Amino acid sequence: MRRFSLIAVPYLWLLALFLVPFLIVIKISLSDVAYASPPYVPQLDLTQGWAGLHDFFAALDFENFAFLTTDALYWKAYLSSLKIALVATALTALVGYPVAYGMARAPQEWRPTLLMLVILPFWTSFLIRVYSWMGILSNEGVLNQVLLATGIISEPLQIMNTNTAVYIGIVYTYLPFMVLPIYAALEKLDESLLEAAEDLGCSRLAAFWLVTFPLSRGGIVAGCFLVFIPAIGEFVIPSLLGGSDTLMIGKVLWEEFFSNTDWPVASAVAVILLALLIIPIVLFQRHEEKEREANR
Amino acid sequence: MTKTLTLTATLALLAGMASAEEVRVYNWSDYIDEELLAKFEQETGIDLIYDVFDSNEMLQTKMLAGGSGYDVVVPTGTFLQRQIMAGAFQELDKSKLPNIDNMWDVISGRTATYDPGNAFSINYMWGTTGIGVNVPKVQEILGEDAPIGSLDLIFDPANMEKLAECGVYVLDAPTEMIPAALAYAGMDPDAKSQEALDKADEIFTAIRPYISKFHSSEYINALANGDICVAFGWSGDILQARDRAAEAENGVEVAYNAPSEGALMWFDQMAIPVDAPNPDAAHKFLNFIMDAQNMAAASNYVYYANGNKASQEFLAEDVIGDTAIYPDEAALEKLYTVTPWGPKEQRLLTRLWTKIKSGT
Repeated sequence: MRRFSLIAVPYLWLLALFLVPFLIVIKISLSDVAYASPPYVPQLDLTQGWAGLHDFFAALDFENFAFLTTDALYWKAYLSSLKIALVATALTALVGYPVAYGMARAPQEWRPTLLMLVILPFWTSFLIRVYSWMGILSNEGVLNQVLLATGIISEPLQIMNTNTAVYIGIVYTYLPFMVLPIYAALEKLDESLLEAAEDLGCSRLAAFWLVTFPLSRGGIVAGCFLVFIPAIGEFVIPSLLGGSDTLMIGKVLWEEFFSNTDWPVASAVAVILLALLIIPIVLFQRHEEKEREANR
Repeated sequence: MTKTLTLTATLALLAGMASAEEVRVYNWSDYIDEELLAKFEQETGIDLIYDVFDSNEMLQTKMLAGGSGYDVVVPTGTFLQRQIMAGAFQELDKSKLPNIDNMWDVISGRTATYDPGNAFSINYMWGTTGIGVNVPKVQEILGEDAPIGSLDLIFDPANMEKLAECGVYVLDAPTEMIPAALAYAGMDPDAKSQEALDKADEIFTAIRPYISKFHSSEYINALANGDICVAFGWSGDILQARDRAAEAENGVEVAYNAPSEGALMWFDQMAIPVDAPNPDAAHKFLNFIMDAQNMAAASNYVYYANGNKASQEFLAEDVIGDTAIYPDEAALEKLYTVTPWGPKEQRLLTRLWTKIKSGT
């Protein structure tokens, strides 16, 4: 009994904070847009009893999902988000790995401080941190001023309002999510394995590729999922740093919701996005389970 | 245990009620003289909580979702009309608004298109959408007789090609930009037909490569700093840029013109949400704003015209005397108003705007 109540807590949590809101979103995605508050019909009217319930379900349909297939904008936006998220994840891994490696190889007494430094940016609002990138990257920004003053460039670099700025924003924002799992994997690495490899004639580089890297793969995979999944639906970074031509599904969703006041279509876009994300989420879950079993 | 909890809750509730009365106002950013807010609190003893937004869409979503917690909000006419239709506002109790006699019939007549009989709203500010230019820069590029007061400046690709290198920003608001393109084409700016949308598409596609940014507020700073030389935006914003440039003495000279082909006239209206927690205090706030001197103070601060006749004697000379803010009779004739877009039309409009901006 006690065991059951222990499990019940996280499940209730998931039910209340994930499943119920998601079912509401699905329900709205099957509704029709209307000039009302809230701006969609049908509304569930329980005072009508069974008849009301019947009418309610009869009025739901998949029209909005069919609509999404009629316009190339939607799949282009999904694809473009997918591409941006994939590239950004790869870049984050390239930057994050050396950082995590350096931390794991640092003297034992430094590590808590280094770990603290990675987490420290979270103490400032995410929005303010993205805003400060606008100050760095804009044409009159710090970066261009420095490059111009040192004579490296003669014209300011146009980084702000391009996809490059979006990549920089995503890599910066999600870097800790990449560094921490890789660090965790590298930190528990048994150093005697490296000594053994070197004793057996491995160069340091070969030892890295043959021993360290394969043993940290679990951390890399975990980090990549933690970056990729939120990056694909990212809205704040592309709208602040990206240009008018940066196409991402988060922005399309915003326009459906705010400009068109079409909550049903916006919900349909969100449902499909989640369906697309379920694949990597399930893969991630499997990977985690395998890891756990391997470590047993 | 339960008893103690109930008791604590009741006490907390009573404490909340005993503290000063509150009114929550949700207005556009940079849109009031903050001294007025302090003055309202002093005069009425009501705590004023003042929040700001920067797009009608944001406000509309809050209104339609309901339970925003605001007592006074400030949508633009076309948005107001849709939200009235959706049942988002309550009718004003005019017996609580003695200052309503101060309002200007010329403006109330026009706002009645959106809010018949002005039953749900009062006018806060009104203005036009037009062209802001950095005069010396534009004249250097296009010559002394550059068409700075005409839509030719931004919709003629030949002009835009030359202006592109010094920067052109336009509003990221299709409901403002599409009517302007139609006015340029000599069509009805309020047209919403497929033919009208196609025409607007054609006009914007030709100039798209020369537009550096679609944004609804950054142009104030960009124009004042001299980062760009043309912006298509809201009158008061461009006049604020003019004053900031003058204060900075950075050699930038900004001018605002309502296009000679006709300019969009818009109205920001104060209304009370249907579920406002404190409608009584909301009425007090509206009445306070409609006081002639208070309204004049607001306009003198933000450089927008208001719909308050009695306030005009208290307006500063550079506000009431500036035809960019208070157009003369002839110019007033040239201003046009638009009606809201229906849901299907709105979808086509948003889609067209996405296509213009992103090419997809």
